[in-house]
Amino acid sequence: MSFPQTLFRLPALAALLVLAAVLPLSAQAQDAAAAPRTAAEIVNAIGEASLREIAELVVELAATGEPAAASVLSALEGGDLYADEASQTVVIVRDDVMFDPVSGAEIGPEGDADLSRIRVNNSLRRDIRTVIGELTLMNPDPRTRSTAAASMFRDADPDNVELLNEAIDAEPDAGVKLLMEQARAASLLQSELEPDEYAAAIAVIADRGDREALAILNAQLANVADEQRPALEQGIADIEQNLALWNIGQNVWYGMSLGSVLLLAAIGLAITFGVMGVINMAHGEMVMLGAYATFVVQDIIRTSFPGLFDYSLLIAVPVAFLATGLVGIAIERGIIRWLYGRPLETLLATWGLSLIIQQAVRTIFGPTNKDVGNPSWMTGAFDLGGLSITYSRMWIVVFAIVVFALLLLVLSKTSIGLQMRAVTQNRRMAAAIGIRTPWVDALTFGLGSGIAGIAGVALSQIDNVSPNLGQGYIIDSFMVVVFGGVGNLWGTLVGAMTLGIANKFLEPFAGAVLAKIVILICIILFIQRRPRGLFALKGRAVEQ
Amino acid sequence: MITTALFRALDKKAIWVVSAILLVAILVPLSNLVLPVGHPLRVPNYLVPLLGKYLTYATLALALDLVWGYCGILSLGHGAFFALGGYAMGMYLMRQIGDRGVYANPELPDFMVFLNYDALPWYWLGFDQFWFALIMIALVPGLLAFVFGWFAFRSRVTGVYLSIISQAMTYALLLAFFRNDMGFGGNNGLTDFKDILGVSVQADTTRAGLFAASAVLLAICFILCASIVNSKLGKVMVGVRDAESRMRFLGYRVENVKTFAFTVSGIMAGFAGALYVPQVGIINPGEFSPANSIEVVIWTAVGGRGTLVGPIIGAITVNAGKSWFTGVLPEYWLFALGGLFVFVTMFLPKGIVGTAASGWRALRARSISSSASEGSGVKPDKPQNPASPANMQPEAGE
Repeated sequence: MSFPQTLFRLPALAALLVLAAVLPLSAQAQDAAAAPRTAAEIVNAIGEASLREIAELVVELAATGEPAAASVLSALEGGDLYADEASQTVVIVRDDVMFDPVSGAEIGPEGDADLSRIRVNNSLRRDIRTVIGELTLMNPDPRTRSTAAASMFRDADPDNVELLNEAIDAEPDAGVKLLMEQARAASLLQSELEPDEYAAAIAVIADRGDREALAILNAQLANVADEQRPALEQGIADIEQNLALWNIGQNVWYGMSLGSVLLLAAIGLAITFGVMGVINMAHGEMVMLGAYATFVVQDIIRTSFPGLFDYSLLIAVPVAFLATGLVGIAIERGIIRWLYGRPLETLLATWGLSLIIQQAVRTIFGPTNKDVGNPSWMTGAFDLGGLSITYSRMWIVVFAIVVFALLLLVLSKTSIGLQMRAVTQNRRMAAAIGIRTPWVDALTFGLGSGIAGIAGVALSQIDNVSPNLGQGYIIDSFMVVVFGGVGNLWGTLVGAMTLGIANKFLEPFAGAVLAKIVILICIILFIQRRPRGLFALKGRAVEQ
Repeated sequence: MITTALFRALDKKAIWVVSAILLVAILVPLSNLVLPVGHPLRVPNYLVPLLGKYLTYATLALALDLVWGYCGILSLGHGAFFALGGYAMGMYLMRQIGDRGVYANPELPDFMVFLNYDALPWYWLGFDQFWFALIMIALVPGLLAFVFGWFAFRSRVTGVYLSIISQAMTYALLLAFFRNDMGFGGNNGLTDFKDILGVSVQADTTRAGLFAASAVLLAICFILCASIVNSKLGKVMVGVRDAESRMRFLGYRVENVKTFAFTVSGIMAGFAGALYVPQVGIINPGEFSPANSIEVVIWTAVGGRGTLVGPIIGAITVNAGKSWFTGVLPEYWLFALGGLFVFVTMFLPKGIVGTAASGWRALRARSISSSASEGSGVKPDKPQNPASPANMQPEAGE
């Protein structure tokens, strides 16, 4: 077997060799023609050029407008650009790995390749830096300018100061100008400075107030002169204080994000538990059904209407609401209405139901996680001051607030809401004035389940959609409702946000699991103090 | 005093039950050890620890019944006491491994060597002694039950609120025991046991002995529960169950009664867990999961809460069903269990024993009244139905 293969390979190898010999020839031929060359050709030409020719090639490369030009040039200036003798190409070598200079693609390990460094002298280096500065700091696009300034801030080099001075003078945009000044300050710190200059540079960096600035100042601590030390330490303290403030902000945000997830999961429970006194242990499964409804909707959209994918969640919300709402009404009519007045039995029956629903979903959809996609408007993140906010979390917070507001509106402004409240406050009196209490019960249960369903739509974006999805939320939801107080939606809101934020503030000290344990114990103790929650119903309704 | 309480507890029915349990305690090990392999009446080796496991479950269900069936406290965290007793036993068994572990460390269990412990944590000290482990098996669950009950009942946390916080308690313990830093083996729990009291846990005789011990424990717990239930305290407990406020107005310290029942029940559950562990060969944090505790509730409900025989029958029936189901139709076990929850709560609120007992009474009442009405022509009284919406619990069995 191996013999014919070798035979086959031989000519191919020969062809390659010939090609390798011919290629540089053809490149040189084009060179002679002096036609406008591509960036790759210019870069490869650097390999064989003299210092004078390199200076010309640098200008030519900058003129191509190639986005990678700046990085190639800085590699050249830093001595990372090598000529590969065998293939007559030029590569960038970093950490013993070769990269294609123009595309940035990894070529492979340096290995035994016959590489020779492309040498530059100091005057050429200065020229290159000016060209880079013109390419980046003077670029017409403000975004390129700010990126360049940011990268100069990180890789501070006293040689950049002149360039930055020029750029700052020419800069029209105040934000970019500030970045450049910070980069200049960072660069200045790398050189010998007068005390007042030093203090000024420190102040500029301290004003920036983020972790990068802190790292730069901390690096200075090792070799600072004694008389300048107080200024430096003041700067570090300022940054740390600033960071601590943003950190609190970040924790509050994470807490709100967790709290809104809890709110979504618990709000349906607050209705069924609060309004009807029904312990619905299958509530988590309603959330899970909502998440699966999202999966089904997305599946149909993927196969039939791919263009609508970005709207899939908007479509899934009413679908999930209706589907789980109907399941809820069926449960109420079929099981729960026979168990009114026996809350402990309801608890057991609905627990049994949750096992059945879980297993049914497992049988139909399989036990593995289902892939629910994020629409484009749910992906990515943005920075707000020192906060980094992901879109998915932000939309879930918004969604939770909207659902909460809508529910409040339904309960306070519609006639079905009025009837629900009447039944909550005094069931027999409500029945006596002609409210069909069984009907209200069924609708209330359907509403609570439906809201659990749309919570499932939101949770499908941040959690694994599996048959066990609901179980993870049921205990937390109960904690929220019990903590906030039964029969009061505001209590649920406050409860969810308190628990979410408290959890996130405990996590840095205790770790995620211990934080949760501490919260659980706190709730158990809290219930001892206020057995009916934060916002307890008052009056006769309490005594049942 | 105690003897009279015991005497009162051992009425004719209780004597029957205790004798039956003790008979099982003798017959099953005997048939396993004495009869030759292949004999039709021999209990096979694999069945002995399985049956022993059922008996510890039955003890757990009995413990739950004492608080739920007789005191109206639906605890959704009884699995926690069971698991704590199991961990205490597991710690003793771990220390008995000695240097036979994978890392051959005479002092530290394998998982501690693996997690780079230098020395035994302080709370592991003493567990190489059986008597110390025995005390801990009673003390740890008992103390937890006492503290939890003391706080909860004094603040009058009742009904579903109590159920939910008891569930939160076992959930918190579940999370805590999953942590490696706790020093209880984390996710894997405690396993690879070798010896108990100097004999191998794997030996047939040991297994038979553990089975007998489980049966004896069940019998002791049964007598204990019967003596509590039939005493004056038992009557107060039922009173608390049916009309808590009224008992308080009558001058009873309701919280003390409840705390007492809860603590006794926690200790019983702890001992059940302690015998469960050597027969199953492992204890891990999964035993704390809220689902486990709820399952105990359904055993009790199926058998019949408020009767002492009910939970025993319920636990054994449901678990035998589970073993059978998971062998034959593993896919459908959760359907069956879930269906059982729904069916029992809707159609069999008194459980098997309660329904059978009331059916038997109704039958007898009819035959007596029909014979009486033949004689006198007086219409029999309608059987009273004491169930009212406020009365959530079914009538206690006798």
